Amino acid sequence: MTAREHDPARRPAPTTGGGADGDAVVVTRGLTKRYGRVTAVDDLDLRVAAGDRYGFLGPNGSGKTTTVRMLLGLVHATSGEIEVLGRRVPRHAKDVLPEVGALVEGPGAYPHLSARANLRLLDAAGPARGGDPLAPDTGSRRTRRSRIEAALEQVGLTDVGRRPVRAYSLGMRQRLGLAAALLRGPRLLVLDEPTNGLDPRGIAEIRDLLLDLNRRGTAVFLSSHLLAEVELFCTRVGVLHRGRLVAQDDLDALRGPTGRTLVRVDDVDAATRVLGLPAARTTDDGLLVLDDLPVPEATAALVRGGVAVLEAAPERRTLEQSVLGLTS
Amino acid sequence: MIGVELRKLLGRPRTWVSIGLLCLLPVVVAVFLAVTGIAPRPGQGPTLLSAVLGNGALFPAAALGIVLPFFLPIAVAVQAGESVAGEAQSGTLRYLLVRPVGRTRLLVAKLVSVLAYTLLAVLSVAATGYLAGISLLGNSGQVTTTTLSGTTLTPADLAWRTGVMVLYIGWSMVGVASVALFLSTLTDSPLAAALGGLAVLVSSTVLVTLDAAGAVRDYLPTRYWLAWVDLFRDPVPWGDVTAGVLVQTGYVVVLLGAAWANFSTRDVTS
Repeated sequence: MTAREHDPARRPAPTTGGGADGDAVVVTRGLTKRYGRVTAVDDLDLRVAAGDRYGFLGPNGSGKTTTVRMLLGLVHATSGEIEVLGRRVPRHAKDVLPEVGALVEGPGAYPHLSARANLRLLDAAGPARGGDPLAPDTGSRRTRRSRIEAALEQVGLTDVGRRPVRAYSLGMRQRLGLAAALLRGPRLLVLDEPTNGLDPRGIAEIRDLLLDLNRRGTAVFLSSHLLAEVELFCTRVGVLHRGRLVAQDDLDALRGPTGRTLVRVDDVDAATRVLGLPAARTTDDGLLVLDDLPVPEATAALVRGGVAVLEAAPERRTLEQSVLGLTS
Repeated sequence: MIGVELRKLLGRPRTWVSIGLLCLLPVVVAVFLAVTGIAPRPGQGPTLLSAVLGNGALFPAAALGIVLPFFLPIAVAVQAGESVAGEAQSGTLRYLLVRPVGRTRLLVAKLVSVLAYTLLAVLSVAATGYLAGISLLGNSGQVTTTTLSGTTLTPADLAWRTGVMVLYIGWSMVGVASVALFLSTLTDSPLAAALGGLAVLVSSTVLVTLDAAGAVRDYLPTRYWLAWVDLFRDPVPWGDVTAGVLVQTGYVVVLLGAAWANFSTRDVTS
């Protein structure tokens, strides 16, 4: 494989969603981590397909970061298996990690050096390519300067010049951490709370960047406790609760319809009178909730009773409701 | 990775400040000696200092004698304690490991960097000592140097003895470094690793002077630290110097082995 073929920008965009195990970028089976008597991660079966934008959700302390660290070979599992990009980790970590970009628990940088100097050192520290001699030399010294400039541009850090990282804001450090993750054009991005410390505009910029990378074929594994962030970005969601995976599904399935219908009318009081309680109730923002009353009959009854029906739509659960339901 | 570590070492202001401070103390001592002409009586004060007033060329040895008990071990322990724990504290250890840099390779690179620092520090102190000795204390027109045994040395003789002394002190400092490097793989706090290393040295220094600890004295890390003074006797009694090298080698091998065993298998949670 040449470097050109490896360039994520030139690879065909894979389809999103689950597929055969062959195109999975992360698979864990029975993954368990115990610290003494505390079980941090318990029998986890994750599956992230190529092209997925996978949201790994869970409250603080649910085992997200431990899982991310195990995927990257930083923490050793007590039992279970991990495959990243089709290779076992940690055994083949040195072959796999050159194609993985990671941001784990905040960025790390040498405070007395500039962003560029930090990226230069980091890039020079590792091998040019993975263990396979045919692997693309995405860490090559020859392309270092241009890769660094490209990564800084992607995260919007080109104008920082020679200022040391010490003088950076939290958001700028976060961007630098992302630039480090993007340095080698990875096939898989493992990002733990990537928007931490960014302002709303920065969050939107980073989201756009990740969407763009994903369109060009990079799978994104995003670990977060921010439901809104996951809801806006991800196609698939895994929910972790006390170390166990309590749900793993497409985002749309988790936000599925509740079976109830919401109806907006011009006169709520008249409408409840016409339909008669308890079949009809109202929400806080003045919508009529139809539980088991069929919609056509209800609307017909309302119109007959002189109430104008402005809008009727099935009620959907929010991701928050699903997740809180699963983790309470 | 080794090149990267050396670039980090040489590019950090702290490296040069600490070496500058190490060199400053012997210079201050030389200035006082030169101005007052009062040398400590033989057997008192820092090692060899009584001999330097007559001959500045012996001052590199005296300079190392001045920094050896405290400053040099502190500088080396801080540097080695910082090696892995410092990366953990700045949050860069995890990014190096996922770059990926193999754990053994990282540890070797850190070790080389600490060795380079130690050598740089010892050589800088010796060089500053030489310059300060020659310029401030003078060579008193003598071509030869008097040894502690009263015989005379040619400049060539003095040169190789000083060279062996630099290597011997360097190797003793590698012993200090391996204690701190091992501790540095145990903790995520560079301060704890450096202080732990110093605590080992202080304990050893106390026990060496304790007659009741005579059974273990010969195996303590600081037992033979001052044996390099023997190099300035004639003929050189090699017994203590050899024993010192062996003891330090034992500590270096065991502690570096322990550092490797611990670091290559531990969970990195920093």
